[in-house]
Amino acid sequence: MTLFRTLAPVLALAVGLFVGGTVPSNAQQGPLRITITDGVIEPLPFALPQFMAENGGAADYAAQITQVIAADLSGTGLFREIPASAYIGGVSSFDAPVAYEDWKAINAQALITGAVSASGDRIVVKFRLFDVFSGAEMGDGLQFAGTPATWRRMAHKVSDAVYSRITGEGPYFDSRVVFVSESGPKNQRQKRLAVMDYDGANVAYLTDSSSIVLAPRFSPTGNQILFTSYESGFPRIYLMDTGSMQVQSLAQQEGTMTFAPRFSPDGRTVVFSLERGGNTDIYQLDIASGQTRQLTNAPSIETAPSFSPDGSQIVFESDRSGTQQIYVMSAGGGDAVRISGGQGRYSTPVWSPQGDYVAFTKQNAGRFHIGVMRSDGSEERLLTASFLDEGPTWAPNGRVIMFMRESAGAGGQSSLFSVDISGRNLRQVATEGPASDPAWSPMLP
Amino acid sequence: MTLFPKALLIVAALGLAACNNPDRFGAGGAGGADGAGGFGAGGIDQNGLGDPNNPKSIAYFNQSVGDRVLFLVDQSTLSPEGRNILIGQAQWLNANPGYAIIIEGHADEQGTREYNLALGARRASAVQDFLISQGVAPTRMQTVSYGKERPIEICSEEACYAKNRRAVTVLSAGAGV
Repeated sequence: MTLFRTLAPVLALAVGLFVGGTVPSNAQQGPLRITITDGVIEPLPFALPQFMAENGGAADYAAQITQVIAADLSGTGLFREIPASAYIGGVSSFDAPVAYEDWKAINAQALITGAVSASGDRIVVKFRLFDVFSGAEMGDGLQFAGTPATWRRMAHKVSDAVYSRITGEGPYFDSRVVFVSESGPKNQRQKRLAVMDYDGANVAYLTDSSSIVLAPRFSPTGNQILFTSYESGFPRIYLMDTGSMQVQSLAQQEGTMTFAPRFSPDGRTVVFSLERGGNTDIYQLDIASGQTRQLTNAPSIETAPSFSPDGSQIVFESDRSGTQQIYVMSAGGGDAVRISGGQGRYSTPVWSPQGDYVAFTKQNAGRFHIGVMRSDGSEERLLTASFLDEGPTWAPNGRVIMFMRESAGAGGQSSLFSVDISGRNLRQVATEGPASDPAWSPMLP
Repeated sequence: MTLFPKALLIVAALGLAACNNPDRFGAGGAGGADGAGGFGAGGIDQNGLGDPNNPKSIAYFNQSVGDRVLFLVDQSTLSPEGRNILIGQAQWLNANPGYAIIIEGHADEQGTREYNLALGARRASAVQDFLISQGVAPTRMQTVSYGKERPIEICSEEACYAKNRRAVTVLSAGAGV
C-alpha cells in the first residue's frame, strides 16, 4: 500500500485564509486528507505541541499522552512529527485562536492541540485537530475522561480520531493484541498466553507456561479468547473469559485433537479443526447449545477456518489438491471454491474485518511470505518475505496486519511484526521477549 | 462456568483419563529435550528406563528396537526402514503387554502451525494403523501431534529437519509392569 495525498495546493490555502477559513469551493482544494491507495508519498508532517497541563497533577500525564499520540501517528508511516525545536509559535491556551501562519511556516500540515486536567481519580483529555493550510479545524474538538490508569487508552483515542479524520479509514490504536509469549530454547520452548496494547505496552499474562498454548483468538466483543492448549496432554481448544480468567473446554471428543478455533462474527459459533484417526476436517460448534457439526468431509487436511465478516462464508486451507491451498465455502459447509492460484503453498487465510481482502501465509521457493488477495483470489500481493513469516492478523480497521517472524537456526526466535496492506511500514512490535501467534482485538469499547 | 456445564463435565472426565498420560513436554519440560525419547526426570516413566541389555526394558525398546520412524517432507507414508522398525515395535509390544503407548507425531519447522499439527497427526496415525496391522491392540494406543512445537534437532537445515519429521512411540507402564 502506498499513500496518495490530496492536499490543497499552497495557493488555494492562502486564499482560504483570506476568506476567513471557509472551505474552498474548488474540489481540488479539498481538506487535509491521506488516501490509502497505490501512490507513493512522503509522510504528512504534523505538529503536536505538548498538551497543556491544566492543573498541577496533570503535567506528567500531559507529557506522556503527547508522546504516545506522536508514537501512534508516526508509527503508521503515514505521518511525520515535526520536532518541537522547529516551532516558531506555540499554543498559549487550548481555546486560543490558532496562529496558522506560524505552523505553515514550518510546513506543519496538521496541527494537534490538547490539554489534560487531573483531579482525584479522574483525568480529562481534550484535543483539537487543525488543517493548517486550509486554516480550519477538522471536525469538532473531543474530550475523553477516565481514571488515571486509562491514560494510554485516552492517548490512543486521540490518535484514532486524528488518523480517521485524515485518512477516512477506521481507527485501530485503541485495541489490544493477544499472543503467545515464548521463552526457552527451541527444542523446549515454554509458551504462555499474554495480552498487550497494540503497541506492546501494558502486557498481562493469562496463563503460566505449564502447558504448550497456541494461536489465541479474540471474540468479536473482546471479552473471550479461544486458544489451543496441551493441558490435557493433547491439543484441545479452550475458551477463556478475559474478565474472570475462567477457562472452559470446548467440543471435546475422546480420541480426537482440536485446534485452530476462531469465532463467527456474531460470537455464537466457533469454527475449528478436529482430527480423528489422522484426518483433519473443519467443524463448527454452537457455543450455547454445545452442538457440533462437521463442515468438511475429505481425507485431506482441512484447517485454519476464518469467517467472512458478514458470517456467510468461511475461508480455509486444504491440501486436497496435493499442496496447501486456500478455499472458500458457505458457512454451512458444502462445496468449496479454490481461490489461491499462484506458485507455492498458501495457508492460514484470515478474512479482513472490512471484507475486502483475505490475508494469508505463503511458502514458495524456500521463503515465507505474508500476503493479501481479494476473496476471489485476484490481486494477490505479497507484503513480506523472510525465512519464516506466518499467521497474519488484521487490525480492526483492516488496513494493518500483524504476524510472527521467526529467525533461522539453533538460536531462532519468534517476534511480532506489523505491516500495512500495501507492504509499507514493516515494523517490529515491541515485546518484552520472543512472541508468536498474534491476534488483534476489536476496538475497545 | 455457567455457560458451559456440559463441556466442563466432558473435560473433567478427559482430564482424569489423561492422568495416565502426562504431557512429557509440559510443565518444566524436564523430560522433553534429551532427544532420546524424553525420559528424564519428570518424564513419563516413573519406574526408570531399566537396563538397556534387558530386552524387557524401556531402554531396550528405545535403543535396540527403535522408538521412532522418520518421514519425508510433507509425507506420512512409512518407508521400508520405518516398517521394519515398527515390525520390531509390534513384536516387542506383543511380548510386553503391560505397556501402553502414546504415538507422537512431529513435523519440521518448514510449515505453518496448524498444518503441521494435522501433518503430525497423520504421521502418528500411520504408525498406529501399522501397529494395529501387526496385532497390537488399539486399546493400548493413543496418538498425539506436536506439529512443529517440539523439534529434537534445532538447526534450520535438512539434516535437522529430517530427524524432526518423526513419529515416536512412547511407552508408559500400564497395569502389571
